Amino acid sequence: MSAFPIFPREASSFAPKTDALYFTLVAVSGAIALLVFVLIVVFAVRYRRGSSSPRGALPPLISHEFEIGWTTATLFAFLMLFWWAGSNQIYQLLPPAQAMEIHVVAKQWMWKIEHPNGVREINMLHAPIDEPIRLDMTSQDVIHSFSVPDFRIKQDILPGRYVESWFRATKIGTFRLYCTQFCGTAHSGMVGSVVIMSKPDFASWLAAQHPAGDLAGQGRALFTSLGCAGCHTPGGPIHAPDLAGLYGRKVPLSNGAFALVDAAYIRDRILDPQSNPPAGYDPIMPSFKGEVDDGQILALTAYIRSLGSSRGALR
Amino acid sequence: MTDAVVPIDHAEPRAARVAAGSYLDSEGGGLSEWLLATDHKRIALLYALMITAFFFIGGAAATLIRLELISPHGHFLTDDEYNHVFTLHGIIMVWFFLVPLIPATFGNFLLPLMIGAPDVAFPKLNLASWYLTLIGGICVLAAMMLGGVDTGWTFYPPYSTAFSNSNVAVAVVGVIIAGFGTIATGVNFVATTHMLRAPGMTWFRMPLFVWTIYATSLVMILATPVLAITLALVAADRLFGLPVFDGFRGGDPLLFQHLFWFYSHPAVYIMILPAMGVVTEVITCFARRRVFGYAMMVYAVLAIAIIGFTVWGHHMFVSGQSVFANLVFSFLSFIVAVPSAIKVFNWTATLYRGQITFEAPMLYALGFVGLFTIGGLTGLFLASVPIDIQVTGTYFVVAHFHYVMVGGAVSAYFAGLHFWWPKITGRLYPESWARFAAVLMFFGFNFTFFPQFILGYLGMPRRYHEYPPEFQPWNIMSSAGAVVLAAAYLMPLGYLTWACFYGKPAPANPWNAKGLEWWTSSPPPKHNFLRTPVVTEDPYDYHDSDMSPEPQARPVDVARAHG
Amino acid sequence: MADAAVAPDPLREPWSDLSRQREAATLGMWLFLMSEMLFFGALFMAFSFSRALDPAAFAEAARHAEIAYGAANTAVLVTSSLTITIAVRAADVERGRLAARLLAATAFLGVAFLIIKGFEYRDDLRHHLVPGHDFALGQNATQIFWAFYWAMTGIHAIHLTVGVALVLRLFWLVRRGRISLASPQLEVTSLYWHLVDAFWIVLFPVLYVAVRA
Repeated sequence: MSAFPIFPREASSFAPKTDALYFTLVAVSGAIALLVFVLIVVFAVRYRRGSSSPRGALPPLISHEFEIGWTTATLFAFLMLFWWAGSNQIYQLLPPAQAMEIHVVAKQWMWKIEHPNGVREINMLHAPIDEPIRLDMTSQDVIHSFSVPDFRIKQDILPGRYVESWFRATKIGTFRLYCTQFCGTAHSGMVGSVVIMSKPDFASWLAAQHPAGDLAGQGRALFTSLGCAGCHTPGGPIHAPDLAGLYGRKVPLSNGAFALVDAAYIRDRILDPQSNPPAGYDPIMPSFKGEVDDGQILALTAYIRSLGSSRGALR
Repeated sequence: MTDAVVPIDHAEPRAARVAAGSYLDSEGGGLSEWLLATDHKRIALLYALMITAFFFIGGAAATLIRLELISPHGHFLTDDEYNHVFTLHGIIMVWFFLVPLIPATFGNFLLPLMIGAPDVAFPKLNLASWYLTLIGGICVLAAMMLGGVDTGWTFYPPYSTAFSNSNVAVAVVGVIIAGFGTIATGVNFVATTHMLRAPGMTWFRMPLFVWTIYATSLVMILATPVLAITLALVAADRLFGLPVFDGFRGGDPLLFQHLFWFYSHPAVYIMILPAMGVVTEVITCFARRRVFGYAMMVYAVLAIAIIGFTVWGHHMFVSGQSVFANLVFSFLSFIVAVPSAIKVFNWTATLYRGQITFEAPMLYALGFVGLFTIGGLTGLFLASVPIDIQVTGTYFVVAHFHYVMVGGAVSAYFAGLHFWWPKITGRLYPESWARFAAVLMFFGFNFTFFPQFILGYLGMPRRYHEYPPEFQPWNIMSSAGAVVLAAAYLMPLGYLTWACFYGKPAPANPWNAKGLEWWTSSPPPKHNFLRTPVVTEDPYDYHDSDMSPEPQARPVDVARAHG
Repeated sequence: MADAAVAPDPLREPWSDLSRQREAATLGMWLFLMSEMLFFGALFMAFSFSRALDPAAFAEAARHAEIAYGAANTAVLVTSSLTITIAVRAADVERGRLAARLLAATAFLGVAFLIIKGFEYRDDLRHHLVPGHDFALGQNATQIFWAFYWAMTGIHAIHLTVGVALVLRLFWLVRRGRISLASPQLEVTSLYWHLVDAFWIVLFPVLYVAVRA
């Protein structure tokens, strides 16, 4: 990196699009600023007091036309910019369906990363190039923000809630990760690195790690040890939803609304099962608030996902 | 400038002026006649003193910030100290410097003068506003002394409510108290504008400064209470454990952000609208031109004030609000830029065919137009969602709002301070020093803050006291610029203080300017006008024929004053 | 009335005309009331938003609010608005003694409201309805409802206390003849009182009635 860096690297699929918009805005606003500066300087010289340039009132018609002219020109220019920026934003909205999923738990003042196979990292995120990566993120304390400038992504992470972001890296290398929402004493120490590797390199890196057990496997163990299996078993003694094939499905709730079964919904059901249960079920499940932590909820979610998603009929 | 001290006495010859005295003359009450003053001009001076004190407290914090950021390793301050310092800088500068900056000083001093009134509508309430602001400021400073506050000026929960181990509650209460002072000021100014205009001063004969103060006051009345209740809920959590924003118990921390920015975005317009008014007064006077498109300027002010209430969500593009909300707020943020652009074009067009001179107020005002243009245009970047995702929470945002609020509002304050200095103090200031300070301020400001745009797009987060070494060159440049900027801010403190005692006495109208405030003596008598003025002409009625730079008594004005 | 004769001139600087002064004072008060409406409006908005996040918990929590106290207080406060309105009318027709008595009645009703509120708070405290570790209804959104309950009623009580102080001051001034009955202060104070009343009229159904349905 040069001594005077001016632009961040373009290391994700978003970067060229954001930069195109950025450079256009630099050009447009540079032109407007230049126009204003040049006009001020020219008028200041030409119409300095006592100069011989002609004076006199403007015909009202002309001033009126000027006024309308630049108002509409500005309005149209800004609307065009909005249209372009807005369509870019929609493009960034949803991760591709096949995205690889990485869990991020933010806490004061570190990043805890967990790969689908259970490999864990702190303040480091290894990922393969050219692969869409979906980040499933939550915070254990205050609001943090996941920012990788070279990817042009940033997302606030709220406590007690799941938020998503995604990227597809286009360059191999190490990129800085920052927390960009002020989170207390060591806020400026809450930094890390995103390491983008070629696919074979990533595969061998992953294989060399010592996973703390497969995430879904941990989830299955918890499912039994916490006693979930006692009710959520097909044909069991208690009327409770079967979880197979549930993930990703829209289910009717007792208040008539529908909910999408995703990580956030599962978390809600585990922590606060009494309110608004799925249609046809009594609110008899106990709350696991205080008994499970965020990591365990992630494991349970991974297990429920591993049971298959939105294929079989809702039982 | 020649020393033409012949006072323009509109009402009576010289003897009457002496009899009327000036608002500065002692009434034999010593200090208490100032601390219990109800004259709007004296209250304006009280505000000016308080604001200057807060400016230097906040400026000292800024100095520490720039010192710390010279090195990427943060050796100068510890992390907690740095967090306290930038929080102090933010709270003091936003609520105790920028918000009262122009409304409470020039607004107080000039609003009654410009509309031909003897005082504001509620003089005692006006004094109460000053005390509320002062008490609020003392609370914040006390919170800082007793261990500090480390939340940043934005007080985001749950950090501010459940996690910070600092004096959040005291600081928040201070801001709420000052907020009621702001509301009282707003009520006073709106009532004054409605009820106390002189005969002939119709709405569309009001100077644009009065229009901007009027619009600002409405924003103060309607936005500040939302801040007060929001911060009160934070205080309720800290003091009594009422978890309104607690995400873990079913509340929503984003609700705080919505409410906070519903105030804090319009608050930007509280800072910048009066600045626009000051600049319009100055540019028309020194270009000796009617303002280009007066009616459009009025509508632009009102449009900014109204649309400004609908754009708060652009502070929250990455907060997790819905994409639809992002698009709506992005759209509205582009729209609110249009009236600002109109104003810039109209100031520029006002110069066309003028008879321009470049006294210090004009230099500051032209500097304002330049810096505000850059600040406004970078606002377009922040209104574009994909770019905002990249630069929000970084130094780009820091640079943007410093361009608008410091490059904009503070430059305009200095333009107004020099423009009305003869009227306020009755003394002329040393012109060449002032011109030098104006130019220095413009370059020092760009030197300090332009590098931060680059840092921001590179991704350097704000509120970091350590940072990656590749950002160091730009930070050193910024800190070096801050030295120049600090010098440019200290110079007026020196030469204006000097001018208070040794400046040449000022005539009633040293700039040969229009506007009712120039019809009365410098400094004005206690009740502003010896006779109520009657207005018969539109504002900014400058003509080529009275382009003389020499101040002169204009019989036409005397005749009007008698009317 | 003899008192009115010695009452000081109600005209204040910078006014030269009492009717303009009254108009300005009323306008100023209305502007302040606009501000107050946004103050409480933001609070109600925050409440509605939080309620929409978990309506069931809010309904459950609201069942523990003591509607009897709330209803009694509504009656007290509406009556006080009536007394202060008549007080202003009495002052308009120069009946100072009647105005003073009605102002006293208004202040009394205001204090009565605060006392009833105090009993209600005592019961709430006994039932462990303050958010925190020993909160009676569990660690969920019912705490948010009760957080709003304390914040809203507390802020309203502060406003009412200010109102009582203002009315008592007026009562004292009118009784001693220290204020002209033509002073705009009477009407302005009554406007403020009505606003505090109106907020309760909204608060009562929001906290006690609507959510339990």
